[in-house]
Amino acid sequence: MPTTNDIHDLVAPYALDALDPDERAEFERHLAECDRCTRELQELQGTAAALAWGVEGPEPPDGLRDRILEQARGEAQVVPFRRRRSWVAPALGIAAAAAACIAIGLGLWAASLSNDLDRERDLSAAQAKALQIVGDPAAKVTALKGAEGTLVVGSGGRAALVVCDLEPAPSGQTYEAWLIKGTPVEAGLFEASDTCTAVPLDRTASSGATVAVTHEPEGGSDQPTSDPIFSAQVT
Amino acid sequence: MRGEAVDRSEEALLARVARGDEAALGEVYDAFGRIAYGLALRIIRDERLAEDAVQEAFLAVWRQAASFDAARASARTWVLTLVHRRAVDLVRREERRRADVLEPETEPSGGSAADDAELRSRRMQIQGALAQLPDDQRRPIELAYYGGLSQSELAERLDVPLGTVKSRMFAGLKRLGELLGSEP
Repeated sequence: MPTTNDIHDLVAPYALDALDPDERAEFERHLAECDRCTRELQELQGTAAALAWGVEGPEPPDGLRDRILEQARGEAQVVPFRRRRSWVAPALGIAAAAAACIAIGLGLWAASLSNDLDRERDLSAAQAKALQIVGDPAAKVTALKGAEGTLVVGSGGRAALVVCDLEPAPSGQTYEAWLIKGTPVEAGLFEASDTCTAVPLDRTASSGATVAVTHEPEGGSDQPTSDPIFSAQVT
Repeated sequence: MRGEAVDRSEEALLARVARGDEAALGEVYDAFGRIAYGLALRIIRDERLAEDAVQEAFLAVWRQAASFDAARASARTWVLTLVHRRAVDLVRREERRRADVLEPETEPSGGSAADDAELRSRRMQIQGALAQLPDDQRRPIELAYYGGLSQSELAERLDVPLGTVKSRMFAGLKRLGELLGSEP
């Protein structure tokens, strides 16, 4: 981990996909907050991608196109989007699609955002993060115990909870996620929605850890003060 | 990339994919499938695995098209970045260490009929620009992009400190962008 080096220096290695998963996740967290790196990456990534045209390769195998389209066809599509205030809203389409797929036994999904969302372009870092994790085809998905939904763990341990049909927290309380491997550490606060909520966790989820959610007083707690409502183990 | 005409029609295509238009996904494949496969094969050096990488990447295009943001990348950059990421992840997962990543394993097809003039001229442009970089900038870029080596592997392989690898990559990409941007 480049703890002693300037994280801004990772922009070129990131553009060339020369980072290890941990470094990549770390840089992506940084990217969400650094305009300079975002601008720089835009330029460097365009240049890096142009290198693809420098390769002389054969035609792709016959049938690859059909296989791609066939697999895409088998995936859940477009979920209606309902405008909401909270940051979970733009992730709603994907979260609902995810829930639908889980319900019918598919592991894959796609989502399309409606025009409503198009007008609401400025996705916050949290939204972008949740979308990225939930949309990662290589992510590992584990069903939640105690609630309808899943824990999604993507590259570098970046994780998101997708939880559906959650009762609103009691008055004056909120939902708080914890990552537990020994002592519980806070992993983010969120509110229930009447459909599905995608919650990016503030901590990377390592194998063997448990993600649990409790009711806590508004503003959150340093340590859980109630029993878990639902949980999942990171495989 | 500077100098690259932003192709609005490619962006419109991704917008159609985001709305669940399968035909649009087919058109994205028609536009980039060949480049994607050539790139994946160069990195992975195994036809079956390269095919897997391309398939995964286009399914990622399908699933994630809604998160494509034209303000941050052109459509082609976004698609090829997904392809590259999949190929690199796959080759690292397979732990197939590339002995000599600078040389393409497959024989060049020598300009087949399918290798149209536009592709050929673009390839020459990229290879020409790469050739103009100083060796110490070109090598880390080639080994990372075409070989899938991580920066730590590069530092070891090139026997230079990690910080040097990063700064050479940065300087090299900047220079490459200028060279490509200055092409007519």
